[in-house]
Amino acid sequence: MKRQAAIMDFFAKYGIVVVLIALVVFFSIISPQFLKMNNIFNILRGMTMVLLTGGIDLTAGSVIGVGSVLTAALILAGMPTVPAVIVVLLISAGIGMINGFFINAMNIPPLITTLGLMTSLRGVAYLITGGLPIFGFKSGITALGKGYFLGIPLPVVLMAGVFLVGILFLEKTRYGRYIYGVGGNEEASILSGINVKQVRYIVYSISGMLCGLAGIVLLARINSGQPNAGTGYEMDIITAVVLGGVSISGGEGRLPLVVIGVLIMGVLTNGMILMNIQEYVQWVVKGLVLVAAVGFDRFTETRKAQLA
Amino acid sequence: MGEVTLKFKNITKVFPGVRALDDVSLDFRKGEVHALVGENGAGKSTLIKILTGAHEPTSGTIEVFGEEYNHLIPHEAIKMGISAIYQEFNLVPFLTVAENIFYGREVKKGIFIDKKYMNKETTKLCHEMEIELDPKIQVKELGVAYQQIVEIVKAVSQNAKILIMDEPTAPLTNREIEALFKVVRKLKATGVTILYISHRLEEIFEVCDRVSILRDGKYITTAETEKISRKEVIAHMVGRELGEDFVGGAGARDDIVLEAREISTDKIKNISFNLKRGEILGLGGLVGAGRTETARALFGADRLESGEIQINGKKAVLKSPKNAIRYGLGLIPEDRKKQGLVLSMQVRENISYGILKKLAKRLFINTKKEDEICSKLKDDLTIKTPSLKQVVRNLSGGNQQKVVLAKWLATNSEILIFDEPTRGIDVGAKQEIYYLMKELTKQGKSIIMISSEMPELIGMSDRIIVMHEGEFAGELLKNEYSQEKILELASGESKVGWEK
Repeated sequence: MKRQAAIMDFFAKYGIVVVLIALVVFFSIISPQFLKMNNIFNILRGMTMVLLTGGIDLTAGSVIGVGSVLTAALILAGMPTVPAVIVVLLISAGIGMINGFFINAMNIPPLITTLGLMTSLRGVAYLITGGLPIFGFKSGITALGKGYFLGIPLPVVLMAGVFLVGILFLEKTRYGRYIYGVGGNEEASILSGINVKQVRYIVYSISGMLCGLAGIVLLARINSGQPNAGTGYEMDIITAVVLGGVSISGGEGRLPLVVIGVLIMGVLTNGMILMNIQEYVQWVVKGLVLVAAVGFDRFTETRKAQLA
Repeated sequence: MGEVTLKFKNITKVFPGVRALDDVSLDFRKGEVHALVGENGAGKSTLIKILTGAHEPTSGTIEVFGEEYNHLIPHEAIKMGISAIYQEFNLVPFLTVAENIFYGREVKKGIFIDKKYMNKETTKLCHEMEIELDPKIQVKELGVAYQQIVEIVKAVSQNAKILIMDEPTAPLTNREIEALFKVVRKLKATGVTILYISHRLEEIFEVCDRVSILRDGKYITTAETEKISRKEVIAHMVGRELGEDFVGGAGARDDIVLEAREISTDKIKNISFNLKRGEILGLGGLVGAGRTETARALFGADRLESGEIQINGKKAVLKSPKNAIRYGLGLIPEDRKKQGLVLSMQVRENISYGILKKLAKRLFINTKKEDEICSKLKDDLTIKTPSLKQVVRNLSGGNQQKVVLAKWLATNSEILIFDEPTRGIDVGAKQEIYYLMKELTKQGKSIIMISSEMPELIGMSDRIIVMHEGEFAGELLKNEYSQEKILELASGESKVGWEK
């Protein structure tokens, strides 16, 4: 009897999650879109961290584009694959540093900083390629997109790896703690001797680097550097993170839960595609989901304020 | 005494796991100032929230002007003449005094707002209450005391018949409190019922007619302030005999641990003083006199324009709180919720926030060691929390303050700056903080204490420095202490002890 009650309790609490997982598994098997989702998974960690500090990173999609075409261009110019990948990861992290610089040193709100750079970086992606896709190069990079490790597709392995490192970083290291602290109360953090600016630099660099990584994975999969790659991804990512319970005002949210946000987004996207819903309608729905998710976040936030 | 305007009848409010109010019956009369006292968690706020309509009672009724209600609805409560003034103000800083007072009820002339009329009305209202206030000034230009007065004028202009004042004097200095009391008495004379909530008992005896005491959600008693002693009130509040006992420090040693030499920032000018080991140095003055700013300058939070700070006889470069902490300083700020704690984090995470570098020698935080340190501090400071993993937001004010203190004890701070250490804390916890301060000085730690509570300042300090408008106004030794003398210096009327 007791066990039965416990099972009921479990379903009452996590039922929706179970349903979601089932749905995702179902849809992913029959939908090629799943690959896109696990790519989003990669950037998720970065964005989660940025949101935890109370910031936002709208450059995500553009950095994917830059990462993708830059890797392609470097390889086409004759650079071996591994160094090219490393260079691109460093440059993406550097882009994050630039975000951090404007936010820290010039005191520009993250929303505006990254909105501006989002456009600039998309421009950079087009400039690198001269507006056309880069393809026709032979490289080991396709192995990353199409290879297997112990029977598991490499992008999935990569995703799991980044996810694990992300959790350890956020939950076990002191910088992870600082990220929560800075988002929860910046002033108290400064007065506790935390170097808040350093924390922000770290967070935006990680976000940038993971977007670069996503760009590389994308390139590896389609074997062609597209300057418009990743357009609109920031929307999907932010929605997923907020759906996963990360507060837009910072300080609250746990990575494992964010996965649920991604699953919801996955179900939504794949479901709509399978149901043959027009792409434009999908945009309408996705936008509304973001607003609704943030609305819910604000609602709970207000409730908390009333209770305090 | 006037007729009963407000009556709580057998009010019970149950939150999941807590009985916040338990069968409370209580009445309030026209033209009285009625104090509501009790320790944190006694149920005062819940009762107030029921009155403003923020909470619905689980059972019981509320009678307002003879009408009985099961619960009230916020906007209707206002219409009925119930207004509340909270510690956090609800004013729009960029609007003028008059615009704030008429906020949401702007008077129009054609399609435009009739500013002239609103200004005139505000002046008239202020005049009636004998308040001097320029209706055209932006609220952000006003000090806290005047912002509060604007709130009161606003309530009066809305025809408030029952006015709730929740810790109205917490941010005010003595002189400002006097001004506020004048307004309160004026309101009382016009027949307004005032529910007065304060942790400062002396003012309850000064301004209130009756006092009702709550403890653990239960109604204890109501008494006329003339017929009950302060000691009895405290005994009712805590349920046992307990006097306020300013234990003082362990006494200053000879060596100087900190010396400020003519330090100036954009808020303070040429402040010089020293602090001896084991000493409690009191910093007195009015709000805005530059005491908090002095603390911030010492702590590296505000940039020094000139002057020098020496720690243990050596020049210290304090460019950031991070530097200051390295020199052994710790700051327990005046607003613990905004400056002292990350409310969304756990007790444990808050205590260890400043020592993570030490705890994370390798890659990861050593949580075992972290828990050891935190549970020891939790026991030492008797922090009341169900677990170290409790989110700090859920703790009472006194326990939150102890968490802030624990954070600095964890970093092993030698010089602690307490900015209003007992603001908004109940009597029991206050006492504990005093004992802790004594214990710390016994261990050879030194304390700078900023306090606006005269008895606390006089009772705890080994020496008092008074500031006035960003400048040093005087220094008093223990045998020179008196409330009058401190006030005199604080108001800039004399400059005793200022010889250099």
